[in-house]
Amino acid sequence: MHIHFLDPYRSGDSLIHRLDPRVKFVLALAFILTCALTPAGAWPVYVLLFATILAIEILSTLGVGYVLKRAILAFPFVLAALPIIFTTPGAVWLELGIGSWELTISLPGLVRFLSIALKSWLSVQAAIVLAASTPFPELLVAMRAVRIPRLLVAIFGLMWRYLFVLADEALRLNRARAARSGNSGQPGIKAGGDLAWRARVTGGMAGNLFLRAFERSDRIYLAMVSRGYDGEVRSLPLPAITSANWLVLLAGLVILGVLLSLSFLFGS
Amino acid sequence: MFFSPTAMHIPDGFLSVAVSVFLWIVSIVVVGYALKRVGKDLGERQVPMMGVLAAAIFAGQMLNFAVAGGTSGHLMGAALASILLGPWAAVLVLTSVVSIQALIFQDGGLLALGANIFNMGIVGVAVAYMAYHTLRKLAGGRKWGLYLGGFIAAWLSIEVAALSVALQLALSNTSPANLAIPAMAGVHALIGVGEGLITVGALAFLSTARRDLVEAGEAGPIKGSLVWVAGLLIALVLAIASPLASARPDGLERIAGQLGFLDAARSSRSQIIPDYAFPGVSNTALATILAGMIGVLIVFGVALAVGYARRSVRRSERRSERRDHQVSSK
Repeated sequence: MHIHFLDPYRSGDSLIHRLDPRVKFVLALAFILTCALTPAGAWPVYVLLFATILAIEILSTLGVGYVLKRAILAFPFVLAALPIIFTTPGAVWLELGIGSWELTISLPGLVRFLSIALKSWLSVQAAIVLAASTPFPELLVAMRAVRIPRLLVAIFGLMWRYLFVLADEALRLNRARAARSGNSGQPGIKAGGDLAWRARVTGGMAGNLFLRAFERSDRIYLAMVSRGYDGEVRSLPLPAITSANWLVLLAGLVILGVLLSLSFLFGS
Repeated sequence: MFFSPTAMHIPDGFLSVAVSVFLWIVSIVVVGYALKRVGKDLGERQVPMMGVLAAAIFAGQMLNFAVAGGTSGHLMGAALASILLGPWAAVLVLTSVVSIQALIFQDGGLLALGANIFNMGIVGVAVAYMAYHTLRKLAGGRKWGLYLGGFIAAWLSIEVAALSVALQLALSNTSPANLAIPAMAGVHALIGVGEGLITVGALAFLSTARRDLVEAGEAGPIKGSLVWVAGLLIALVLAIASPLASARPDGLERIAGQLGFLDAARSSRSQIIPDYAFPGVSNTALATILAGMIGVLIVFGVALAVGYARRSVRRSERRSERRDHQVSSK
């Protein structure tokens, strides 16, 4: 069993897939920044932002359902923001009485909470489209273009390459443990040890995985040196961004700029 | 699937822009320095080693064990990386893990990535380093220092990182401090136990299989003294700021109001009661902090005393053993 299903990239030949990765990367970040800067309660702007990302999802042929389903993954964190609907002072929207407990939901609190949830939901969609429509090596190119240190980008690249190898290794460790774990039909015999024991076994496996990775990194290093690696990360110069891509970048930034200025009109 | 979104990875939308940008700057400076330091130590070995070990920490999160009611615990790895690789390499490894999680798996946001690198890669690593090396020093090279040190380093790395997350959420005006801080601290006190047990298991395995790797972290304790001080400062500041903030959320709200100049400006300014006289530090907060500090001092004192007592007992035992040996050999 191989863990190729980890890779979120879905191949395709859509407009979004063909867009220069640097343009995509910058636009995705700009979209997320716009969401973050949009003030609470600027509902029309949230609708426009959603329309924008929805249009991109349709253009990308990834399937709107796929993106929306993945976007739910980010939702549990919303719980962290839930208390503000009760604690933000302001006009009372609803009073709940549970026994002798009185909870008041304030209107500004509700507005703030919904805005945070929406922002988070919109931002994660942009990140999903970026990851699903861009192969990882192209993302590395984009990271180099935005001046992330070469060494760090090289580390990311190597990590990505061996992620699948080590994930397979982890699956093997899990399978070996499962194969040696019994379950008895007899009522008197309890399967598995206590929690601390289970945790320790898992720890031993984690240590084993670490050791295998450590030894593998030595081997990889030697292989690299044997082929002439001297610590310098060499890569081809980045190709020029075509004028069509420049146009998309400019148009995208203008649209986001307009949305942002609109948001300050609505968000009061 | 494998990557249950934990409360540790902050998604986009939850932090104010000011907090995100500030933590991005801090993370960039620290990671830049770490790149330089590790480059000096490892040379051309840096890229393959950091890359593969980051992949290992990531894959290590798939190794989980059943806890109760269908939930499972898994490793996060800041403490283990810090113990085995030293603080700077651990910063790089954790930065890579957190970045790839955000970029590829949307586990944590992109604008919030600076904060996530800060919480897991910097706070977690520095605090774990400080706790582990303090306890190893106290134990003087005996086994219990490795296990207790590993456990406490792992537990603290989770707990302090969680406090850091809660404070950032409160500063962003996203969660009220008086609820978020105790909730995060409580939940992660339990998660931290799982992390501690796995870390101890890993250290037990490694000290049997490859003693040299575990001992390698021992060499040159002076080299990491900057990190030791940073870890202690981070732990103390968060331990002080959290009870202060949860006892007096209004103070934090005011800072949040000033920080959230764009995104929270309107709503938060109206929250502050106009003529509110803010007394520097309230008595309850001061009392909580004092209690916390006294608690820390007592724990340290007891640990020191136990460490020295055991060391002197050992020494006299060894001396008498040697004497017996000499007697029998004659």
